[in-house]
Amino acid sequence: MSLHAQTIHELHKKLKKKEITATEITEDVFKRIESVEDKLHSYVHLCRDHALEAAKAADKIIQTKKDFSPLTGIPMGLKDIFLTKGRPTTCASRILEGYIPPYSATSASKLFEHNIVLTGKLNMDEFAMGSSTETSVYGPTRNPWNLDYIPGGSSGGSATAVAAGECIAALGTDTGGSIRQPASHCGIVGLKPTYGRVSRYGVIAFASSLDQVGPIAKDVTDCALILQAIAGWDPKDSTSLNLPVPDYNKALNPTIKGLKIGIPEEYFVEGMDPEVTHAVKTAIETYKKLGAHCEPVSLPHTEYAVATYYIIAPAEASSNLSRYDGVRYGYRNQQSKDLIETYKKTRTEGFGNEVKRRIMLGTYVLSAGYYDAYYLKAQKVRTLIRKDFEKAFKTFDVLITPCSPTPAFKIGEKTSDPLQMYLSDIFTINVNLAGLPGMVLPCGLSSKGLPIGLQIIGPHFGEEKILQAGFAFEQATDWHTKRPPL
Amino acid sequence: MKLSPEEVQKIAHLARLELKEGEVEVFSSQLSSILTYIEKLNQLNTEGIEPTAHAMEVPTPFRKDEVKQEISKESSLINAPHREGDYFKVPKVIG
Repeated sequence: MSLHAQTIHELHKKLKKKEITATEITEDVFKRIESVEDKLHSYVHLCRDHALEAAKAADKIIQTKKDFSPLTGIPMGLKDIFLTKGRPTTCASRILEGYIPPYSATSASKLFEHNIVLTGKLNMDEFAMGSSTETSVYGPTRNPWNLDYIPGGSSGGSATAVAAGECIAALGTDTGGSIRQPASHCGIVGLKPTYGRVSRYGVIAFASSLDQVGPIAKDVTDCALILQAIAGWDPKDSTSLNLPVPDYNKALNPTIKGLKIGIPEEYFVEGMDPEVTHAVKTAIETYKKLGAHCEPVSLPHTEYAVATYYIIAPAEASSNLSRYDGVRYGYRNQQSKDLIETYKKTRTEGFGNEVKRRIMLGTYVLSAGYYDAYYLKAQKVRTLIRKDFEKAFKTFDVLITPCSPTPAFKIGEKTSDPLQMYLSDIFTINVNLAGLPGMVLPCGLSSKGLPIGLQIIGPHFGEEKILQAGFAFEQATDWHTKRPPL
Repeated sequence: MKLSPEEVQKIAHLARLELKEGEVEVFSSQLSSILTYIEKLNQLNTEGIEPTAHAMEVPTPFRKDEVKQEISKESSLINAPHREGDYFKVPKVIG
Protein backbone atom coordinates (compact mmCIF):
# COMPACT_ATOMS: atom_id res chain seq x y z
CA MET A 1 0.00 0.00 0.00
CA SER A 2 1.26 3.49 -0.85
CA LEU A 3 2.62 5.44 2.09
CA HIS A 4 -0.01 8.19 1.75
CA ALA A 5 -2.82 5.65 2.22
CA GLN A 6 -1.50 4.39 5.57
CA THR A 7 -2.34 5.36 9.14
CA ILE A 8 -0.14 7.18 11.65
CA HIS A 9 0.39 4.02 13.72
CA GLU A 10 1.32 1.93 10.65
CA LEU A 11 3.82 4.54 9.46
CA HIS A 12 5.24 4.98 12.97
CA LYS A 13 6.05 1.27 13.19
CA LYS A 14 7.90 1.44 9.87
CA LEU A 15 9.75 4.59 10.89
CA LYS A 16 10.83 2.87 14.09
CA LYS A 17 12.14 -0.16 12.21
CA LYS A 18 13.93 2.24 9.80
CA GLU A 19 12.09 0.69 6.85
CA ILE A 20 11.07 4.13 5.61
CA THR A 21 11.93 7.79 6.29
CA ALA A 22 9.77 10.82 7.02
CA THR A 23 11.15 12.37 3.83
CA GLU A 24 9.85 9.43 1.79
CA ILE A 25 6.39 9.72 3.38
CA THR A 26 6.32 13.47 2.76
CA GLU A 27 7.41 13.09 -0.88
CA ASP A 28 4.75 10.45 -1.43
CA VAL A 29 2.04 12.66 0.12
CA PHE A 30 3.02 15.62 -2.10
CA LYS A 31 3.02 13.34 -5.15
CA ARG A 32 -0.51 12.35 -4.20
CA ILE A 33 -1.46 16.01 -3.77
CA GLU A 34 -0.15 16.71 -7.30
CA SER A 35 -2.29 13.97 -8.78
CA VAL A 36 -5.64 14.59 -7.00
CA GLU A 37 -5.69 18.18 -5.69
CA ASP A 38 -7.06 19.61 -8.98
CA LYS A 39 -10.12 17.39 -8.61
CA LEU A 40 -10.71 17.85 -4.88
CA HIS A 41 -9.46 21.31 -3.88
CA SER A 42 -8.71 20.28 -0.29
CA TYR A 43 -6.04 22.93 0.30
CA VAL A 44 -6.01 26.72 0.35
CA HIS A 45 -2.27 26.94 1.03
CA LEU A 46 0.48 24.34 0.56
CA CYS A 47 3.78 24.30 2.52
CA ARG A 48 5.83 22.00 0.29
CA ASP A 49 9.30 23.48 0.91
CA HIS A 50 8.77 23.86 4.64
CA ALA A 51 7.37 20.35 4.76
CA LEU A 52 10.44 18.80 3.17
CA GLU A 53 12.67 20.69 5.62
CA ALA A 54 10.50 19.56 8.54
CA ALA A 55 10.68 15.98 7.27
CA LYS A 56 14.50 16.15 7.18
CA ALA A 57 14.53 17.49 10.73
CA ALA A 58 12.19 14.69 11.82
CA ASP A 59 14.43 12.10 10.16
CA LYS A 60 17.37 13.39 12.24
CA ILE A 61 15.34 12.90 15.43
CA ILE A 62 14.29 9.43 14.32
CA GLN A 63 17.90 8.45 13.60
CA THR A 64 19.24 9.67 16.92
CA LYS A 65 16.44 9.02 19.41
CA LYS A 66 15.31 5.59 20.48
CA ASP A 67 11.90 6.77 21.55
CA PHE A 68 10.13 9.40 19.53
CA SER A 69 6.53 10.55 19.39
CA PRO A 70 4.14 8.55 17.18
CA LEU A 71 3.46 11.86 15.39
CA THR A 72 7.13 12.58 14.57
CA GLY A 73 7.65 12.82 10.81
CA ILE A 74 3.93 12.40 10.04
CA PRO A 75 2.57 14.77 7.34
CA MET A 76 -0.49 16.51 8.79
CA GLY A 77 -2.72 19.33 7.56
CA LEU A 78 -4.50 22.04 9.52
CA LYS A 79 -7.89 23.57 8.81
CA ASP A 80 -7.27 27.18 7.81
CA ILE A 81 -8.90 28.34 11.08
CA PHE A 82 -5.73 27.54 13.11
CA LEU A 83 -3.27 30.41 13.38
CA THR A 84 0.15 29.32 12.11
CA LYS A 85 2.99 31.72 12.84
CA GLY A 86 4.50 33.08 9.63
CA ARG A 87 2.13 31.14 7.33
CA PRO A 88 -1.05 32.56 5.80
CA THR A 89 -4.30 31.99 7.73
CA THR A 90 -7.53 33.18 6.12
CA CYS A 91 -10.47 31.20 7.57
CA ALA A 92 -11.44 30.94 3.86
CA SER A 93 -12.55 34.59 3.97
CA ARG A 94 -11.59 37.59 1.86
CA ILE A 95 -11.53 39.68 5.04
CA LEU A 96 -8.35 37.87 6.18
CA GLU A 97 -6.69 38.18 2.79
CA GLY A 98 -2.91 38.38 3.20
CA TYR A 99 -3.02 37.87 6.97
CA ILE A 100 0.16 36.32 8.44
CA PRO A 101 -0.33 35.45 12.12
CA PRO A 102 2.37 36.55 14.59
CA TYR A 103 1.77 33.45 16.75
CA SER A 104 0.45 29.87 16.46
CA ALA A 105 -2.61 28.21 17.98
CA THR A 106 -1.73 26.13 21.06
CA SER A 107 -3.00 22.92 19.42
CA ALA A 108 -0.83 23.58 16.34
CA SER A 109 2.22 24.41 18.51
CA LYS A 110 1.73 21.15 20.39
CA LEU A 111 1.79 19.20 17.11
CA PHE A 112 4.94 21.08 16.05
CA GLU A 113 6.56 20.09 19.37
CA HIS A 114 5.90 16.49 18.35
CA ASN A 115 7.74 17.24 15.07
CA ILE A 116 4.89 16.67 12.66
CA VAL A 117 5.36 17.73 9.04
CA LEU A 118 2.85 20.49 8.22
CA THR A 119 1.59 19.91 4.65
CA GLY A 120 -0.56 23.04 4.44
CA LYS A 121 -3.80 24.77 5.35
CA LEU A 122 -7.08 23.12 4.47
CA ASN A 123 -10.23 24.52 2.90
CA MET A 124 -13.35 25.14 4.96
CA ASP A 125 -16.62 27.03 4.96
CA GLU A 126 -15.93 30.74 5.49
CA PHE A 127 -15.41 31.27 9.25
CA ALA A 128 -16.58 27.64 9.70
CA MET A 129 -20.14 28.68 8.87
CA GLY A 130 -21.58 25.94 6.72
CA SER A 131 -22.13 22.21 6.34
CA SER A 132 -20.74 21.71 2.84
CA THR A 133 -17.47 23.69 2.34
CA GLU A 134 -19.30 25.65 -0.37
CA THR A 135 -19.05 29.04 1.37
CA SER A 136 -15.23 29.24 1.10
CA VAL A 137 -14.06 32.32 -0.79
CA TYR A 138 -11.65 29.96 -2.59
CA GLY A 139 -14.49 27.82 -3.98
CA PRO A 140 -15.89 24.44 -2.94
CA THR A 141 -14.07 21.25 -2.01
CA ARG A 142 -15.34 18.04 -3.65
CA ASN A 143 -16.10 14.67 -2.09
CA PRO A 144 -13.44 12.11 -3.12
CA TRP A 145 -16.09 9.34 -3.23
CA ASN A 146 -18.02 11.24 -5.91
CA LEU A 147 -16.85 14.59 -7.22
CA ASP A 148 -20.41 15.86 -7.79
CA TYR A 149 -21.10 15.70 -4.06
CA ILE A 150 -20.18 17.97 -1.15
CA PRO A 151 -17.61 16.64 1.35
CA GLY A 152 -19.53 18.01 4.34
CA GLY A 153 -18.37 20.97 6.36
CA SER A 154 -17.15 23.10 7.71
CA SER A 155 -13.89 21.08 8.01
CA GLY A 156 -14.44 19.72 4.47
CA GLY A 157 -10.86 20.16 3.23
CA SER A 158 -9.50 18.38 6.32
CA ALA A 159 -11.81 15.42 5.67
CA THR A 160 -11.13 15.11 1.93
CA ALA A 161 -7.37 15.47 2.36
CA VAL A 162 -7.31 12.64 4.93
CA ALA A 163 -9.70 10.39 2.95
CA ALA A 164 -7.75 10.87 -0.28
CA GLY A 165 -4.25 10.60 1.24
CA GLU A 166 -3.30 14.26 0.70
CA CYS A 167 -2.13 14.19 4.32
CA ILE A 168 -2.04 11.38 6.87
CA ALA A 169 -4.28 13.14 9.39
CA ALA A 170 -5.56 16.63 10.14
CA LEU A 171 -7.03 18.93 12.75
CA GLY A 172 -10.50 20.38 12.38
CA THR A 173 -12.85 22.37 14.56
CA ASP A 174 -16.43 21.53 15.51
CA THR A 175 -19.05 24.09 16.56
CA GLY A 176 -22.18 22.22 15.45
CA GLY A 177 -20.78 19.13 13.74
CA SER A 178 -17.95 20.54 11.61
CA ILE A 179 -15.52 17.69 12.38
CA ARG A 180 -18.02 14.84 12.61
CA GLN A 181 -20.29 15.51 9.61
CA PRO A 182 -17.47 15.83 7.00
CA ALA A 183 -15.75 12.77 8.53
CA SER A 184 -19.05 10.91 8.09
CA HIS A 185 -19.49 12.07 4.48
CA CYS A 186 -15.89 11.15 3.59
CA GLY A 187 -15.79 7.74 5.29
CA ILE A 188 -13.16 8.50 7.93
CA VAL A 189 -12.99 9.09 11.70
CA GLY A 190 -13.52 12.46 13.40
CA LEU A 191 -13.50 13.23 17.11
CA LYS A 192 -14.93 16.29 18.83
CA PRO A 193 -13.58 16.27 22.38
CA THR A 194 -15.38 17.56 25.49
CA TYR A 195 -15.66 21.37 25.62
CA GLY A 196 -12.53 22.47 27.53
CA ARG A 197 -10.47 19.34 26.78
CA VAL A 198 -8.39 21.03 24.04
CA SER A 199 -7.25 24.68 24.07
CA ARG A 200 -9.01 27.09 21.71
CA TYR A 201 -6.19 29.65 21.93
CA GLY A 202 -5.23 30.81 18.44
CA VAL A 203 -8.25 29.18 16.81
CA ILE A 204 -10.25 31.86 15.02
CA ALA A 205 -13.43 32.19 17.08
CA PHE A 206 -16.87 31.43 15.67
CA ALA A 207 -19.15 30.63 18.66
CA SER A 208 -16.94 30.56 21.74
CA SER A 209 -19.23 28.52 24.01
CA LEU A 210 -19.47 25.76 21.38
CA ASP A 211 -16.17 25.69 19.42
CA GLN A 212 -13.82 22.77 20.03
CA VAL A 213 -10.67 21.42 18.31
CA GLY A 214 -10.28 17.77 17.35
CA PRO A 215 -8.58 15.19 15.11
CA ILE A 216 -9.72 13.90 11.72
CA ALA A 217 -7.95 10.64 10.84
CA LYS A 218 -8.23 7.30 9.10
CA ASP A 219 -9.01 5.27 12.21
CA VAL A 220 -9.78 5.42 15.93
CA THR A 221 -6.18 4.66 16.97
CA ASP A 222 -4.89 7.66 15.02
CA CYS A 223 -7.54 9.88 16.64
CA ALA A 224 -6.39 8.70 20.08
CA LEU A 225 -2.74 9.47 19.23
CA ILE A 226 -3.56 13.00 18.09
CA LEU A 227 -5.88 13.70 21.01
CA GLN A 228 -3.08 12.63 23.36
CA ALA A 229 -0.83 15.31 21.85
CA ILE A 230 -3.31 18.21 21.86
CA ALA A 231 -5.40 17.63 25.00
CA GLY A 232 -4.80 19.47 28.24
CA TRP A 233 -5.02 22.70 30.14
CA ASP A 234 -3.71 25.89 28.55
CA PRO A 235 -3.26 28.97 30.72
CA LYS A 236 -3.99 31.03 27.58
CA ASP A 237 -7.53 29.61 27.28
CA SER A 238 -9.51 30.22 30.47
CA THR A 239 -12.20 27.76 29.32
CA SER A 240 -9.75 24.87 28.97
CA LEU A 241 -9.96 22.63 32.02
CA ASN A 242 -7.10 21.79 34.34
CA LEU A 243 -7.69 18.06 34.59
CA PRO A 244 -5.14 15.27 34.07
CA VAL A 245 -4.98 13.83 30.52
CA PRO A 246 -5.46 10.05 30.59
CA ASP A 247 -3.44 7.61 28.46
CA TYR A 248 -5.90 7.29 25.57
CA ASN A 249 -3.96 4.41 24.05
CA LYS A 250 -4.95 2.28 27.04
CA ALA A 251 -8.60 2.86 26.17
CA LEU A 252 -8.16 0.96 22.92
CA ASN A 253 -9.41 -2.34 24.25
CA PRO A 254 -11.78 -4.27 21.98
CA THR A 255 -13.49 -6.16 24.84
CA ILE A 256 -16.76 -4.34 25.47
CA LYS A 257 -18.81 -7.10 27.09
CA GLY A 258 -21.38 -5.46 29.35
CA LEU A 259 -20.93 -1.95 27.89
CA LYS A 260 -24.24 -0.10 28.26
CA ILE A 261 -25.24 1.61 25.02
CA GLY A 262 -28.23 3.92 24.77
CA ILE A 263 -30.01 4.33 21.43
CA PRO A 264 -31.84 7.71 21.45
CA GLU A 265 -35.17 7.14 19.71
CA GLU A 266 -35.45 10.80 18.60
CA TYR A 267 -32.46 10.22 16.29
CA PHE A 268 -34.40 7.93 14.00
CA VAL A 269 -36.75 10.46 12.47
CA GLU A 270 -39.15 10.52 9.55
CA GLY A 271 -37.61 11.63 6.29
CA MET A 272 -34.30 9.99 7.11
CA ASP A 273 -32.54 8.09 4.35
CA PRO A 274 -33.48 4.39 4.90
CA GLU A 275 -29.93 3.35 3.96
CA VAL A 276 -28.60 5.42 6.87
CA THR A 277 -31.11 3.86 9.27
CA HIS A 278 -30.17 0.39 8.01
CA ALA A 279 -26.41 0.95 8.34
CA VAL A 280 -26.75 2.29 11.90
CA LYS A 281 -29.12 -0.51 12.96
CA THR A 282 -26.66 -3.05 11.53
CA ALA A 283 -23.90 -1.41 13.59
CA ILE A 284 -26.08 -1.75 16.71
CA GLU A 285 -26.43 -5.49 15.93
CA THR A 286 -22.63 -5.71 15.74
CA TYR A 287 -22.40 -4.15 19.21
CA LYS A 288 -24.94 -6.66 20.55
CA LYS A 289 -22.86 -9.53 19.15
CA LEU A 290 -19.82 -8.08 20.93
CA GLY A 291 -21.68 -8.37 24.22
CA ALA A 292 -22.87 -4.78 24.70
CA HIS A 293 -26.29 -4.08 26.20
CA CYS A 294 -28.19 -1.85 23.77
CA GLU A 295 -31.40 -0.23 25.03
CA PRO A 296 -33.56 2.60 23.73
CA VAL A 297 -33.40 5.93 25.56
CA SER A 298 -35.31 9.19 25.12
CA LEU A 299 -33.72 12.64 24.74
CA PRO A 300 -37.03 14.54 24.57
CA HIS A 301 -35.61 18.00 23.72
CA THR A 302 -33.66 16.82 20.65
CA GLU A 303 -36.02 18.51 18.20
CA TYR A 304 -35.27 21.95 19.71
CA ALA A 305 -31.51 21.74 19.15
CA VAL A 306 -31.33 23.36 15.71
CA ALA A 307 -33.51 26.32 16.80
CA THR A 308 -31.43 26.76 19.98
CA TYR A 309 -28.18 26.56 18.05
CA TYR A 310 -29.26 29.11 15.44
CA ILE A 311 -29.78 31.67 18.18
CA ILE A 312 -26.69 30.96 20.29
CA ALA A 313 -24.14 30.41 17.51
CA PRO A 314 -25.02 33.50 15.39
CA ALA A 315 -25.27 35.67 18.54
CA GLU A 316 -21.76 34.70 19.61
CA ALA A 317 -20.51 34.94 16.02
CA SER A 318 -21.87 38.47 15.54
CA SER A 319 -19.92 39.53 18.61
CA ASN A 320 -16.73 37.63 17.71
CA LEU A 321 -16.70 38.88 14.12
CA SER A 322 -17.05 42.54 15.13
CA ARG A 323 -13.23 42.54 15.34
CA TYR A 324 -12.97 42.49 11.53
CA ASP A 325 -13.05 46.22 10.95
CA GLY A 326 -10.18 46.73 8.49
CA VAL A 327 -8.05 48.57 11.05
CA ARG A 328 -5.50 46.11 12.47
CA TYR A 329 -5.22 43.27 9.95
CA GLY A 330 -6.71 41.74 6.84
CA TYR A 331 -8.63 43.40 4.04
CA ARG A 332 -9.54 47.10 4.11
CA ASN A 333 -11.54 49.20 1.67
CA GLN A 334 -9.12 52.10 1.13
CA GLN A 335 -11.54 54.46 -0.63
CA SER A 336 -13.77 55.28 2.34
CA LYS A 337 -13.99 58.86 3.56
CA ASP A 338 -14.66 58.26 7.24
CA LEU A 339 -14.33 55.48 9.80
CA ILE A 340 -17.94 54.21 9.72
CA GLU A 341 -17.77 53.96 5.94
CA THR A 342 -14.45 52.10 6.25
CA TYR A 343 -16.07 49.57 8.58
CA LYS A 344 -19.13 49.14 6.39
CA LYS A 345 -17.36 48.86 3.03
CA THR A 346 -14.61 46.62 4.44
CA ARG A 347 -17.08 44.21 6.02
CA THR A 348 -19.49 44.28 3.06
CA GLU A 349 -16.69 43.47 0.59
CA GLY A 350 -14.81 41.14 2.97
CA PHE A 351 -17.56 38.78 4.15
CA GLY A 352 -19.55 36.30 2.07
CA ASN A 353 -23.33 35.94 2.21
CA GLU A 354 -23.57 33.10 4.75
CA VAL A 355 -21.35 35.01 7.17
CA LYS A 356 -23.41 38.18 6.65
CA ARG A 357 -26.63 36.23 7.22
CA ARG A 358 -25.38 34.86 10.54
CA ILE A 359 -23.94 38.19 11.68
CA MET A 360 -27.32 39.83 11.00
CA LEU A 361 -29.25 37.02 12.71
CA GLY A 362 -27.00 37.34 15.74
CA THR A 363 -27.20 41.13 15.74
CA TYR A 364 -31.00 40.92 15.63
CA VAL A 365 -31.40 38.41 18.47
CA LEU A 366 -29.04 40.43 20.68
CA SER A 367 -30.53 43.83 19.81
CA ALA A 368 -32.35 45.97 22.38
CA GLY A 369 -35.67 44.44 23.44
CA TYR A 370 -35.06 40.99 21.94
CA TYR A 371 -32.41 39.52 24.27
CA ASP A 372 -34.83 37.75 26.65
CA ALA A 373 -37.07 36.42 23.89
CA TYR A 374 -34.20 34.88 21.94
CA TYR A 375 -30.78 34.53 23.56
CA LEU A 376 -31.94 33.96 27.14
CA LYS A 377 -34.70 31.63 25.98
CA ALA A 378 -32.17 29.62 23.92
CA GLN A 379 -29.80 29.39 26.89
CA LYS A 380 -32.61 27.98 28.99
CA VAL A 381 -33.51 25.39 26.36
CA ARG A 382 -29.80 24.59 26.21
CA THR A 383 -30.07 23.62 29.89
CA LEU A 384 -32.97 21.27 29.08
CA ILE A 385 -30.96 19.64 26.26
CA ARG A 386 -27.94 19.24 28.56
CA LYS A 387 -30.10 17.67 31.29
CA ASP A 388 -31.55 15.11 28.84
CA PHE A 389 -28.00 13.85 28.27
CA GLU A 390 -27.04 13.98 31.95
CA LYS A 391 -30.02 11.78 32.75
CA ALA A 392 -29.18 9.32 29.96
CA PHE A 393 -25.57 9.01 31.16
CA LYS A 394 -26.77 7.93 34.61
CA THR A 395 -27.81 4.66 32.91
CA PHE A 396 -25.58 4.38 29.84
CA ASP A 397 -21.83 4.44 29.14
CA VAL A 398 -22.24 5.81 25.61
CA LEU A 399 -25.01 6.71 23.16
CA ILE A 400 -25.05 5.62 19.53
CA THR A 401 -26.78 7.57 16.75
CA PRO A 402 -26.48 8.29 13.04
CA CYS A 403 -24.24 11.32 12.31
CA SER A 404 -26.29 12.79 9.52
CA PRO A 405 -29.84 12.01 8.30
CA THR A 406 -28.55 11.43 4.75
CA PRO A 407 -25.23 10.69 3.03
CA ALA A 408 -23.55 13.66 1.29
CA PHE A 409 -25.79 15.79 -0.93
CA LYS A 410 -24.96 17.25 -4.33
CA ILE A 411 -22.93 20.44 -4.74
CA GLY A 412 -25.34 23.38 -5.07
CA GLU A 413 -28.36 21.41 -3.82
CA LYS A 414 -28.91 23.41 -0.62
CA THR A 415 -27.09 26.70 -1.20
CA SER A 416 -30.25 28.71 -1.94
CA ASP A 417 -32.15 27.49 1.13
CA PRO A 418 -30.15 28.20 4.32
CA LEU A 419 -32.73 26.61 6.63
CA GLN A 420 -32.52 23.26 4.78
CA MET A 421 -28.73 23.42 5.10
CA TYR A 422 -29.04 24.13 8.86
CA LEU A 423 -31.39 21.17 9.35
CA SER A 424 -28.78 18.77 7.94
CA ASP A 425 -26.86 19.22 11.24
CA ILE A 426 -29.77 17.96 13.34
CA PHE A 427 -27.87 14.99 14.89
CA THR A 428 -24.57 16.71 15.71
CA ILE A 429 -25.58 20.09 17.16
CA ASN A 430 -26.94 18.70 20.46
CA VAL A 431 -23.51 17.38 21.38
CA ASN A 432 -21.99 20.88 21.15
CA LEU A 433 -24.84 22.48 23.09
CA ALA A 434 -24.24 19.95 25.89
CA GLY A 435 -20.41 20.24 25.62
CA LEU A 436 -20.04 16.46 25.22
CA PRO A 437 -17.41 14.44 23.35
CA GLY A 438 -18.61 12.78 20.14
CA MET A 439 -16.86 10.63 17.57
CA VAL A 440 -17.94 9.58 14.10
CA LEU A 441 -16.65 6.52 12.29
CA PRO A 442 -17.66 4.82 9.03
CA CYS A 443 -20.36 2.11 9.27
CA GLY A 444 -21.54 1.65 5.69
CA LEU A 445 -21.76 2.77 2.08
CA SER A 446 -24.95 3.84 0.32
CA SER A 447 -26.08 2.23 -2.96
CA LYS A 448 -24.53 5.28 -4.69
CA GLY A 449 -21.22 4.48 -3.03
CA LEU A 450 -21.29 7.34 -0.50
CA PRO A 451 -20.09 6.76 3.09
CA ILE A 452 -22.43 6.59 6.10
CA GLY A 453 -21.17 7.49 9.58
CA LEU A 454 -21.96 6.23 13.06
CA GLN A 455 -21.85 8.70 15.95
CA ILE A 456 -20.77 7.66 19.45
CA ILE A 457 -21.51 10.21 22.19
CA GLY A 458 -19.95 10.07 25.66
CA PRO A 459 -20.41 11.89 28.96
CA HIS A 460 -18.21 14.92 29.81
CA PHE A 461 -14.56 13.79 29.69
CA GLY A 462 -15.69 10.35 28.50
CA GLU A 463 -13.26 10.31 25.55
CA GLU A 464 -11.85 6.95 26.70
CA LYS A 465 -15.31 5.36 26.59
CA ILE A 466 -16.07 6.53 23.05
CA LEU A 467 -12.59 5.60 21.82
CA GLN A 468 -13.03 2.11 23.26
CA ALA A 469 -16.49 1.69 21.73
CA GLY A 470 -15.18 2.94 18.37
CA PHE A 471 -12.10 0.72 18.50
CA ALA A 472 -14.21 -2.37 19.27
CA PHE A 473 -16.43 -1.61 16.25
CA GLU A 474 -13.38 -1.21 13.99
CA GLN A 475 -11.95 -4.53 15.16
CA ALA A 476 -15.23 -6.25 14.28
CA THR A 477 -15.79 -4.59 10.87
CA ASP A 478 -13.73 -3.36 7.93
CA TRP A 479 -15.47 -0.10 7.00
CA HIS A 480 -12.46 1.93 8.19
CA THR A 481 -10.25 0.23 5.59
CA LYS A 482 -12.36 1.43 2.63
CA ARG A 483 -10.81 4.19 0.55
CA PRO A 484 -12.43 6.36 -2.14
CA PRO A 485 -11.95 5.10 -5.73
CA LEU A 486 -10.02 8.17 -6.82
CA MET B 1 -41.75 36.32 12.43
CA LYS B 2 -41.55 38.51 9.34
CA LEU B 3 -38.80 41.10 9.04
CA SER B 4 -39.58 44.18 6.97
CA PRO B 5 -36.99 45.59 4.54
CA GLU B 6 -36.59 48.58 6.92
CA GLU B 7 -35.82 46.26 9.84
CA VAL B 8 -33.26 44.37 7.74
CA GLN B 9 -31.61 47.68 6.79
CA LYS B 10 -31.48 48.66 10.46
CA ILE B 11 -29.90 45.33 11.46
CA ALA B 12 -27.35 45.68 8.63
CA HIS B 13 -26.44 49.15 9.90
CA LEU B 14 -26.01 47.84 13.48
CA ALA B 15 -23.76 45.07 12.09
CA ARG B 16 -21.85 47.63 9.98
CA LEU B 17 -22.86 46.04 6.68
CA GLU B 18 -24.29 47.61 3.52
CA LEU B 19 -27.02 45.90 1.53
CA LYS B 20 -28.01 46.57 -2.07
CA GLU B 21 -31.70 46.71 -2.93
CA GLY B 22 -32.05 43.15 -4.25
CA GLU B 23 -30.08 41.82 -1.28
CA VAL B 24 -32.48 43.38 1.23
CA GLU B 25 -35.33 41.27 -0.14
CA VAL B 26 -33.30 38.04 -0.19
CA PHE B 27 -31.97 38.50 3.35
CA SER B 28 -35.38 39.61 4.60
CA SER B 29 -37.05 36.45 3.31
CA GLN B 30 -34.22 34.12 4.47
CA LEU B 31 -33.93 35.69 7.94
CA SER B 32 -37.73 35.65 8.32
CA SER B 33 -37.93 31.93 7.58
CA ILE B 34 -35.11 31.18 10.05
CA LEU B 35 -36.78 33.31 12.76
CA THR B 36 -40.11 31.57 12.13
CA TYR B 37 -38.40 28.21 12.60
CA ILE B 38 -36.77 29.48 15.82
CA GLU B 39 -40.20 30.33 17.27
CA LYS B 40 -40.50 26.59 17.88
CA LEU B 41 -38.77 27.27 21.21
CA ASN B 42 -41.89 29.07 22.47
CA GLN B 43 -43.61 25.66 22.67
CA LEU B 44 -41.43 24.98 25.71
CA ASN B 45 -42.13 26.31 29.20
CA THR B 46 -38.76 27.43 30.53
CA GLU B 47 -39.96 29.13 33.71
CA GLY B 48 -37.52 28.55 36.56
CA ILE B 49 -34.90 26.93 34.26
CA GLU B 50 -31.37 28.27 34.73
CA PRO B 51 -29.71 29.46 31.50
CA THR B 52 -26.56 27.65 30.29
CA ALA B 53 -23.83 30.05 29.17
CA HIS B 54 -21.10 27.39 29.01
CA ALA B 55 -21.66 23.66 28.92
CA MET B 56 -19.16 22.97 31.70
CA GLU B 57 -20.00 24.36 35.11
CA VAL B 58 -16.61 25.52 36.35
CA PRO B 59 -15.68 28.52 38.45
CA THR B 60 -14.01 31.47 36.72
CA PRO B 61 -10.26 30.84 36.84
CA PHE B 62 -8.00 33.60 38.12
CA ARG B 63 -4.39 34.33 37.26
CA LYS B 64 -1.80 36.77 38.53
CA ASP B 65 -1.98 40.25 37.04
CA GLU B 66 1.44 40.19 35.42
CA VAL B 67 2.66 42.03 32.36
CA LYS B 68 4.04 39.68 29.71
CA GLN B 69 5.30 40.58 26.27
CA GLU B 70 4.73 37.60 24.04
CA ILE B 71 4.03 39.48 20.85
CA SER B 72 6.29 42.39 19.98
CA LYS B 73 4.93 45.81 18.99
CA GLU B 74 6.35 45.35 15.51
CA SER B 75 4.75 41.94 14.93
CA SER B 76 1.38 43.21 16.12
CA LEU B 77 1.57 46.04 13.59
CA ILE B 78 2.90 44.00 10.70
CA ASN B 79 -0.56 43.08 9.36
CA ALA B 80 -1.92 46.64 9.46
CA PRO B 81 -3.56 47.60 6.14
CA HIS B 82 -2.36 51.16 6.79
CA ARG B 83 0.10 52.35 9.42
CA GLU B 84 2.20 55.33 10.34
CA GLY B 85 5.18 54.60 12.57
CA ASP B 86 3.93 52.65 15.54
CA TYR B 87 0.28 53.50 14.91
CA PHE B 88 -2.63 52.02 12.97
CA LYS B 89 -3.86 54.67 10.57
CA VAL B 90 -7.58 55.17 9.85
CA PRO B 91 -9.62 57.86 8.05
CA LYS B 92 -10.55 60.77 10.25
CA VAL B 93 -13.22 60.05 12.87
CA ILE B 94 -14.38 63.58 13.70
CA GLY B 95 -14.93 66.10 10.91
